[in-house]
Order: sequence, then C-alpha cells, then structure tokens
Amino acid sequence: MTGIRLELRAQSPWWLNVLLPLGAVGATLVLCSGLVVLAGADVFTAYSKLFLSSLSTAFNLVETVVKAAPLVFTGLAVTVAFRAKFWNIGAEGQLLAGAMAAAFIGAREGLPAWSLVPLMIAGGALAGSVWALVPAVLKTRYKVDDVVTTLLLNFVLFYGMMALLDGPWKDPLSGYPDSPDIRMEAEFPILLRATRLHLGVLLAAVAAAGVWLLLRHTTLGFEIDAVGENPNAARYAGIHLAAVTLIAAAVSGALAGLAGVGEVAGIHFQVMAGLSPGYGYTGIVIAMLARLNPIGVVPAAVFFAIIITGAEAMSRATGVPVFLADVIQGMALVTMLAALMLTQYRIRLNRPGHE
Amino acid sequence: MNEILSQVFQVGFFAAVIRIATPLVFGTLGELFAERAGVLNLGIEGIMMLAAMAGFSTAFFTGSLWLGVLAAVLTGVMAGALMGLLTVSLGLSQHVSGIGLTLLCSGLSFFFYRLIFGQPSSLPKISSFEPLALPGLADIPVLGPILFNQFALVYLAMAIVPAAAFVLYQTPWGLNLRAVGENPHAAYSAGVSVTAMRYQALLVSGALMGLAGAFLCMAQYNAYTFGVISGRGWVCIALIVFGQWNPWKSAAGSILFACIDALQLRLQASSAVHLPYQVFLMLPFVLTIVGMALVSRNALAPAALLKPFRKEAR
Amino acid sequence: MESPSLLEMRGIAKRFGDVQANDGVDLTLKCGDILGLLGENGAGKTTLMNILFGVYAADAGRIAIDGRIAHIRNSADALAHGVGMVHQHFHLIPRLTVLENMMVGQSGRGLRLDRGFALGRMREIERSFGLRLPPDARVGDLTIGEQQRLEIIKALARGARILILDEPTAALTPQEAEGLFMALRAMAGQRMGVIFISHKLHEILAVTTRVVIMQQGRVVAETANDDTVSKKRLAELMTGHEITPPSKVPTTPGRVRLRIENLQTRGGARPSLKGVCLEVRGGEILGIAGVSGNGQAELADVIAGVLPASGGTLEINGTKVFRFTPREVQALEAGRIPEDRMGTGLVTSLPLRSCMVLSRIRERRFSRWGFLKHRAIGRFADQQIRSFGIRAAGNHVRTGTLSGGNLQKALLARELAWEPTLLLAAQPTRGLDVAAARFVHQRFLDLRGRDGAIVLISEDLEEIFALSDRIAVMFEGRVMDVLDIRAATVAKVGLLMAGVREAA
Repeated sequence: MTGIRLELRAQSPWWLNVLLPLGAVGATLVLCSGLVVLAGADVFTAYSKLFLSSLSTAFNLVETVVKAAPLVFTGLAVTVAFRAKFWNIGAEGQLLAGAMAAAFIGAREGLPAWSLVPLMIAGGALAGSVWALVPAVLKTRYKVDDVVTTLLLNFVLFYGMMALLDGPWKDPLSGYPDSPDIRMEAEFPILLRATRLHLGVLLAAVAAAGVWLLLRHTTLGFEIDAVGENPNAARYAGIHLAAVTLIAAAVSGALAGLAGVGEVAGIHFQVMAGLSPGYGYTGIVIAMLARLNPIGVVPAAVFFAIIITGAEAMSRATGVPVFLADVIQGMALVTMLAALMLTQYRIRLNRPGHE
Repeated sequence: MNEILSQVFQVGFFAAVIRIATPLVFGTLGELFAERAGVLNLGIEGIMMLAAMAGFSTAFFTGSLWLGVLAAVLTGVMAGALMGLLTVSLGLSQHVSGIGLTLLCSGLSFFFYRLIFGQPSSLPKISSFEPLALPGLADIPVLGPILFNQFALVYLAMAIVPAAAFVLYQTPWGLNLRAVGENPHAAYSAGVSVTAMRYQALLVSGALMGLAGAFLCMAQYNAYTFGVISGRGWVCIALIVFGQWNPWKSAAGSILFACIDALQLRLQASSAVHLPYQVFLMLPFVLTIVGMALVSRNALAPAALLKPFRKEAR
Repeated sequence: MESPSLLEMRGIAKRFGDVQANDGVDLTLKCGDILGLLGENGAGKTTLMNILFGVYAADAGRIAIDGRIAHIRNSADALAHGVGMVHQHFHLIPRLTVLENMMVGQSGRGLRLDRGFALGRMREIERSFGLRLPPDARVGDLTIGEQQRLEIIKALARGARILILDEPTAALTPQEAEGLFMALRAMAGQRMGVIFISHKLHEILAVTTRVVIMQQGRVVAETANDDTVSKKRLAELMTGHEITPPSKVPTTPGRVRLRIENLQTRGGARPSLKGVCLEVRGGEILGIAGVSGNGQAELADVIAGVLPASGGTLEINGTKVFRFTPREVQALEAGRIPEDRMGTGLVTSLPLRSCMVLSRIRERRFSRWGFLKHRAIGRFADQQIRSFGIRAAGNHVRTGTLSGGNLQKALLARELAWEPTLLLAAQPTRGLDVAAARFVHQRFLDLRGRDGAIVLISEDLEEIFALSDRIAVMFEGRVMDVLDIRAATVAKVGLLMAGVREAA
C-alpha cells in the first residue's frame, strides 16, 4: 500500500540539527506565501520587509536583540521542562508572575537602592518557580494532567493580575489599569548607550549557557533526560521521579519568570495588560525549533524576534495583516514537528514487491 | 445574602446556564470522540477559534446563519484532518502537535479576520440566532422557559449527548472506536483499521468543535472577537477528565461549569459584592483545576491515549 | 489421494534494513495438520506469520489458500481468508467484557451491536471445540489461561480455518498447556489447520503432526513428527549445532544474602503479596516459578525497592531494608535485571553510554560536585561493551537500535559491573536466542560460583530447572512451597503453580 518505510536511525547526524529547522522555516515561508498573495501583496516585497526591516539600521538591529531576550528565556524554560516531559505550556503565566514580583519589588521605597536589581531578579525567578510548581505538584502528587493545568493557570494568573491592576495596584497617577512605575534605581542598566540594550539581554545569554551546562554536564541534567525519556526505567534505576520533575519545573518557571523581570526592569518599568504578547507560547515554538537544545534556542529566538518586529513594518508597507507573524509561529511548529521525524527515522522507498 | 440568592436563582439564571453549557457540551463531546480513539486533541482551543471566525464571516456576508454553521463545521473537520495527519499518519507527539495546531489555527483566525474586516471603528455584527420556542413544551412552567425556549443549536446539543452515548456504547463503530483507544493492536488484529478509526474520530471531533465555535459567535454573542474562546477549549479537556471519559458525565460537568460561570456573571453584575470583575472571571478556572485534582487519581483515561500506533511495533 | 493444501506459501522474502528476516520461505499446511514451526528467536518465524496475517507486506513471494492466490494486505484481509492469529502478547482489552472483545471488528448487521449473534457464535464454538467462557466477565479479571482461550474463541468466531499460535504456552501451567493441546487436536479433527510456533521442544513433539525448522530466515528442515524425531535431533536442527546444557558445579551455600519474612503489599491495581517468606544464600540460585500475575513481579519490585511493603521484613546481606528505595537496595550490593528491559531497564532513546551508568550516575566515579565525568563514563561503557561482547557501533548509539540479546547484555553489564552479591533477575532470557540465553546463564552460574545469590523469576520451567538449586512456586501472592531441585518434577511444580497442594 504505502511505498515509504521508516527506519530507526542509530544516531542522528549533527547537520540535521541545523538543516531541519532551516528546512522547516523554509517550508513555513513557502506555505505562508499563499496568505501573502491572498492579502494582495507581493511575496518578495512582503518577506523582505518582514526580515530586513528589523536588520536595516543599527538601532533596529539592537531592538531585535532586545526583543529576543524574553524569547530566549521562555524558549529555555520550555526546553528544560519538555526535556523532563513536564508539559509546561504555562511559561506565559510564569512570565507574568515574574514580572509582577519584579514590579512590586522595584517600586518599594524602603529598600536600599543597590539591592533593588538583585532582589528583582531573585524575586522574579522565585515567583515564576512557585507558579510552575503548582502544576508540578499537582502532577506528581495528584496525577493531574500538566498540560491542562499549566494552560488553565495562565488564565488564572492573567485575570488575577488584571484584578490587581484594576483594584489595589492601579497606578494612582495615570488612573489606567497599570501598576505604578518602578524606582529609577531599579531599572536595569543600559549596556549600549542610546539604545534599549539592557542587562536582561546579557542575562538571557548567560542563562542559555547555564542551561546548556546544566543539561549537558550535570547529574541533574542527566536525570532530567532519563526521567523525560523513560520515567519507569529512571525510577527503577533509583532516580527520584517526583524530585527531578519538581526541580525541572522550578528551573523552568524561574527562567520564564526572568523573562518577565527583563520586560519590567528593562523595557516597560511597570506591569500592564499587554506586557507579553504571547512570549510564553512563542517559547514553545522556539524550543521545538531548537530541538530542545539550549544553544539552539538563541538563534531560534532571534529569528522570531525578527519576525515579530518585522511584521509591523511589513503590515504598514504592504497591508498584509500583522498576524502573519502568529501564523508563521504556528506553521513553523507544525512543519518542524513533521521534520523531526527525519531525525529519528530514515525514510526508505520500498520497491514494489511481487505478489 | 438572601438578596444575592434571590437575584441568582431565577428562571433566567437557569436558562443562561443551559446557554453557557451548550458550546462546552459540543467541545467536550468533540474532544471525547478523539480521546476515546486514543488521540488527545489539544488543537481544540484553536479549532474553536478558527471555526468561530469562519462561521461568523460566512454568516456576515451571506446573511445565512446556517451557512455560517456549515462553514464552521467544515473548518473544524479540516483542522481535525490536519491533526490526523500529524498524530495518526506521522505518529508525532500529540501534545506538541495539538499546541502547534492551536497556535496555527488561532494565528489564521486573527489573520483572516483582519484581512476580511480590516480595523473597523465599530465591531462588525450579525443578527444572531433567535430563541426558538418549542410549541407545547415551552409552556411548561419553570422547565419550559429554561429548556424549551432556546436556540436551535441548544436543542442540537441536547440531542447530541444521548446520540454520542448511543454511538459509543451501542454500535459496532463505537465499540471499534473504544477498542482503538484502549488497545490498537487488539483492534488491528480484529480487522479494524486503526488509522481510519482515528481519522474518523478526529473528523467528528473537529466538526463538534466547529459547532462550539459557531454557537459562541452566532448565538451566544453576535460578533467575533479575538477573546471569544478565551480558554473554553482547555476547559473542555479538563471536563473530560472530570467526566471520566463518559459522555453523560462530561455533559453533566459542562452544566456544572456553566453554573459557576453563570453565577460569576451574576455576581459581577450584582451590587452586593465589591471585587474587581476579573476575580470572578478567574473563579471557574480555579475551580476546574481543583475539580481535576479531586478526580484525577482514579481517572479512567483510555489506555492507549497519547500513544501513536505502528502495526509492526509493540 | 493426498489431502488438498489448505495453505501454501511460496518464496516469501522480507527484509528489514540490513536483516533478511525471510529469505525464500516455502510452507505448506494441509487440512488436519498441526504444524510445528520451530526456530530460535530471530529465525524469522514470527515475521513469516505476520506476513500471513497481513501485518507486514512481503517483498516477494505468494500465498495461496485453498489453491487460490490470496492477496493479504492487512488483518481484515487475513480474517476474510480464514486466517486467525493468537499473538504471544494477547491482543485483548482488559476493561471490556468477553463478549465485547469478541465483537470488536465485527461488521454487525444494522446499526446496533449484535449481541445475540455473538452469543450464538460462542455457543457453537463451545459445542464444537469445548471452549467456553462467561460472556459478561471483564477480561481483566480472567486468568492468563482464560485470556488465551478468549483469543482462540475470537479467531474461531471470525471463521478461522487456519489458526496461528505464537508461543502460546509461554505463560501457562503445564496442565493448562495440556488443555490447549486437546482443543488444538479437536480443531485438527475438524479439518482445520494449525500453525504452532514454539521453541519448547517437548511441546512440539507432543502436539504437532509435522515440524518445520527455520534458521536465519530460511527453512532448513521439514519432517513428519514420527518415531525418528527426538528432542535432541530437533535441537540440533534448530541451532545448527549440538547444544549442551550449562554446566553447574556444586557449591556449598554460604551466608544468607536475602531473607524475606511475612512480606505483604497492599494490592490496588496490582496483585498483592500475602505473607511471603524466602531465604537465599550465597552460592545459590533460587528459582521462582509461577503463572505470571501471581505476585512474582510484585515480589521483584519490593526487593528492588520500587514497591513499598505494607508488612513483614526484608533483609539484604544482613541489613534490614526500611525505606524501600532503589538506591538503598543498590547500596546493599543488590543488582537487578528487570522483566521488561525496554520498559523498566533501559532508556531506549538515550545513547548506550547513558544507559550503562543510569543507576550509578551519582557515584564518585562518574560525577563530582554534580558534574558529569564524560570521559570516565565513555571509558566505562567501552570497557563493558568489550567485556560483554555487546554488538554496537560505539557507545553513542541510540540504545533502542540494539537487538534484544545485546540489550540484555547491556543490562547485565550494567548490573554486574558492581559485583553484586545478590542478583534479582526476572525473565532474563525471554526473547533471546539460544546463544544469548546461554551467555546470560553462564554469567549467573559464574556469580553463583563467586558466592553470589541469585533470585531467578521465570515463566520458562526449563530454565528454572536447568539453573536453580531450589525452586519456590508462587500462587496468588503466596509461596506455595520451596522444593529442592533434586526432589522437584515438572508435574509437581505444575500442580503448585495451579494452586494445588498435594496431600501430605
């Protein structure tokens, strides 16, 4: 019937790690070009706007890097969680939890100025961790499906945040449902003058290296992989399943929380409804595109930063709806998944047999 | 307190519960068919969103609500087929495929809505479904106004619950479907095509999710907004766990959830409680998680849920 | 006149990657035949039968049923041609009833499930072959023997005239197996054809009319089952050389390695242990026999520290186990070969090197301050790959691509590397070919010779009898009796496995 057979590969060659995401992105762009045509625009013009506008000037380039920082964090958060098969779809909520903690700490008048930045970082990471530990504990203790709880908790946190912003946390100066600005001393230092390149970008790069170290070179990383790939065998080998899952969840949540800290301390200086345009969900696409490799997360995040910033320019210039960026994200995840088959399996064509 | 109670428990409240439960019943049963065949369809949130957009746009331009419903159903079916391609034919991770489908479908729904309607100053609206009083039945005191003065799609939902139970438990197709979800190898060796069953389940699943989307923006509301689904799809998945993969119990769960949702709407409007309205929006989600925690330990998930099937492998 | 051929397979070929699983196989089955299909694991028996049942498409060759060419592309085609198969791992749905399991896949007339029709078929089969089961019992509650009966009834209900049985007696008591043979003879008496795959020679001799022997994808011998055929002769044909049982030197039992007193577990989803008492000394192999599902797996899990006991004591090398964690048990010099090497032993998607150190990664040898010593891990893996003769293209290969025998060697290499004084082995040679099984057995005997103790849980009575010094038989969570090997017979053990205690 089918002429194609799949054969398990003994080892996947390294070049597939580079080629596959490129192939997936290429296929995505081809598929999405249909939408561009539907929108009545020229594909070449639209794509060149989409990709090149964010790289056209030095300022735009830096802006793209700044935009990539939260995506690196959420991509890493998803990477750590998925490696342990903790299906954390809740990076969005954990990001907001981190942002809220940072905004709260950053506005405290009673704290010494020098302590603000470290406290915001620690507090944001902690808040993200705690918010990720809720579904992790529900999973390990009560066997509640983590996909659903992490998803639902995003809504809980978002509505909870909005309730605060509409009530006790409303900025008394503006009267909008935004939190009060953080103190000047709490703002992340700028690394490059006259740009928005803030400390958070550096932190994101350090986090990528750190997660790589964790997963590749530590016993914890080894155990995370074992638990993720075969929890039963891991348990029989003496690895504490629940502990590893909880630690992975905590690390994942902390990383997502740091994304929120960066946005508050480096960009917005307050918390408001539009703080994250779905960075948590984009993190899933990024992590998958990077094949759950923390180093790969960085280029994947930059790629989506380019698309997200470029989409505005493309929309202004050609009239293609800005939401093409969202379609590209979803499509890239789907094509990447399909492409992933190629890493595990070799495709062989069957010669038709005699019957 | 009494004031609140009297505000809440009126005939109108219960009629609202039935109305709110309807899209959840469609979505939950749609998800149920997929899961009983062994596929977790996490595309539900996106499928509902895209189907709602397709249905609304069709109704807006043709002026026919039923054509809109048809468009929504077809959209759902196509999305279900895509889910089948990823999880059944290619055997990819159901978790990630579903999330991918949701991201893709919601992206498409935003994209096309903006493409079709641009950024108008006022929200495009349609004249949505009118309640259809069933002659005779609608005049029954109390029950009549609650159950029998509803939208046509509500009656469809009421009919679809027993129909789903009948199909699943009383027909050969339903038995084969459950067999595929419990032990695909057993089903295969009994001559059942696992691939065909799972595809069929996903198509039915997509169609029902399409109905859910259609109901939301053509009956419950009369417009499409980006927040029209806002987590209802995920709630449906939770309701199945809560309903132990049984159509009757899942439908009952939908009504229970609808009660909470209707209650929070009343409380928002009531002057007796002073809290930001978002607290009430949050409430159903919190209770859903609590509910899942209570029942998950002895959950009766289909044994082959999440497991791709290759006939050669064991 | 010769009876007409029920089934003819000609020139069947099938290739998987680099392995030629079937290489021009011819097979003929006549009405009334019970054909024994004999061969080592990997000889191609199951592949051949899966082709006949439509699971695989053959690369070449043709199949004729009743003299007419049959195109069998999937199981539905096979069933339509009257081919039924009872797989080694049952294809049943435990949550459904007997009748519901029977009705799966039946294209019922009309919209509703046809209960009456299925019940009628069950009654006919009971009349013809003496096979019966309660139709409304939940399949999960049936014994292994009953579940197998259901598999056969299912095949017969679909009108099977050619019945394939893949290792059907693996989990049966000897008495249950005898019951199965009666049914098979009844089928042969009604002009059906039966293909019986096994590597248990005495069963092949007992039940078949003809024997076909396969080796490396080819038929190497075919013979009528008459007086000229002996167990020894079949074994030689099967392996291509003479086989000698492993040599067991007498040892004197040393100190107590494992002592279990009144061990109990709470059941729940799994069978519970109801007061198990056992003792194993150094230099001793204790075989644990029993039909699967009578608590052996649970006993193994308790000793491994995975399943907590609810009562009783467990003592390993003189130290009481309190916390029931795998790490605590490992620290007491206990190794473990789990039953399901792919499921609970190894992580098939990780590289082989990771699997080799899975249970010991926290040891100083492989990590320090939480950081891995990659080089030490690689060296260790290479050394084990060499000394156990594991066939793998390096220590980085994905573990799942190894063959069953090499997977088991990898597991052995991991568990024996720390020179355990107590080894717990569950079904250690299931699915291995003769050479690999011998390798495993030899390692067990070596460990026994070094004053190690081995608990051998196996459904293969031949293995139990070949290796054990004493045999414990489990039934419904209890140890029925512990027999000295010199006093034990298959009949005695078989009765104990069925829960029958002989009057003293």
